[in-house]
Amino acid sequence: MRSIPYHEIATQAERLCKEANFFLNPDLARALDDALRTEPSPLGVEVLRTLQENARLAAAEQIPLCQDTGLALFFVDLGEDVRVEGGSLYDAIQEGARKGYQEGYLRNSVVSDPLKRTPGKDNTPAIIHVTLVPGDRIHLHMKVVSAGCENKSRMTILRPADGIEGVKAFILTVVKEAGPGACPPFTVGVGIGGDFEVAPLLAKRALLRLIGRRHLDPEVAALELSLLGEINALGIGPVGLGGATTAFDVFIETAPCHIASLPVAVNLACHSSRHREVEI
Amino acid sequence: MMNRLITLTPPLTDEIVLGLRAGDRVRISGVIYTARDAAHRRLVEALKRGEPPPFDLRGAILYYVGPTPPRPGQVIGSAGPTTAERMDPYTPYLHSLGLKATIGKGKRGPEVKEALQQHKAVYLAAIGGAAAYLMKAIKEARVIAYDDLGTESIRRLVVEDFPAFVINDCHGGDYYQEGIRAYAKSGMT
Repeated sequence: MRSIPYHEIATQAERLCKEANFFLNPDLARALDDALRTEPSPLGVEVLRTLQENARLAAAEQIPLCQDTGLALFFVDLGEDVRVEGGSLYDAIQEGARKGYQEGYLRNSVVSDPLKRTPGKDNTPAIIHVTLVPGDRIHLHMKVVSAGCENKSRMTILRPADGIEGVKAFILTVVKEAGPGACPPFTVGVGIGGDFEVAPLLAKRALLRLIGRRHLDPEVAALELSLLGEINALGIGPVGLGGATTAFDVFIETAPCHIASLPVAVNLACHSSRHREVEI
Repeated sequence: MMNRLITLTPPLTDEIVLGLRAGDRVRISGVIYTARDAAHRRLVEALKRGEPPPFDLRGAILYYVGPTPPRPGQVIGSAGPTTAERMDPYTPYLHSLGLKATIGKGKRGPEVKEALQQHKAVYLAAIGGAAAYLMKAIKEARVIAYDDLGTESIRRLVVEDFPAFVINDCHGGDYYQEGIRAYAKSGMT
């Protein structure tokens, strides 16, 4: 057994919340550069350049890339040989998220009751998904869940007969309906298979992949690229003003499912998909 | 496609709004006001009870934004536009009272587009997610109503060369449709 102190986890969670909100990940910065070389729309180019300048300002002054600093989401891969010393894993992450959002001057976007819409005292609770894995380490991956693109994400359960064509049609419809308001160019996370909650989790987790990394299964990888081409042919463009860059990438994750079901979930991330990870 | 650059200085008149076309790029200088979900609900309820608005709606520009808290020494935190469609249920009524422009991101519903034509008003979009960039155009910020709503309270902003695009004009023009049509391949819109 390896002991990891509570405060170490809290400190790392705090740091991830701040850094995810201040710094555009290098893979997305490269995606912006690449898009500027191919985007034919003058307004699209103006938007992409503005997003570069936005990332420069946010990093230089440590201010949030976007005012919607989101809900704090953590995917935790917890080694089975880890013992958290001095408190619980959940409390450590919540404390880190609370401090990260307060001390980083990040927005409190939580309402503590979804129906009464009462503003929360701080930006907790963070959403935490724990997976037990072999080993004696903890892997924390923090994701900012902002509402503009989250609100346009969708899940459905198709008939097995709908097949790949049905899956593609659903994904394209979700992207079309999301349109300008969800801040394209998107990263499109897709979960296929599992059940009613597994497919959206797969889609969310797919968003953590680095731009340009393909699925290891060549058939899934080919589907990702073919969808990326079709999405960029929609014409939506940077923030929806028209253009050839509607998505930076499409990431698909799959899982076994019931003989009678074909679950599909599409989770969109905006042009500044914000996530950071650390291994402890 | 040429997109004109036009300077806007509120309060806006019918004449100014009539001259704006979908696709124009605008730079706004002067006083604008902020409100989003909770403030809209409260504002419209107060107006319908006959209470005076916290600012003069006539000719005004309303920015849909919930900024991050400012660091010490900052005027305001990051301040980009939020999705406009959530305000659609309130927007036609506010235009009927003289509101001339709103700034947000994303498409508006048919009821808003009709109200823009009826009341000579315009819907502008700022670049969603460019919040650190847009905060630089905000020179003053002061909460003038609904302080208890936190980020959602109504603020009076003084802006300088605040950049936005005309999406829906008062002639029925819709730049989201035009822009996508120009770049869509194989009629996929």
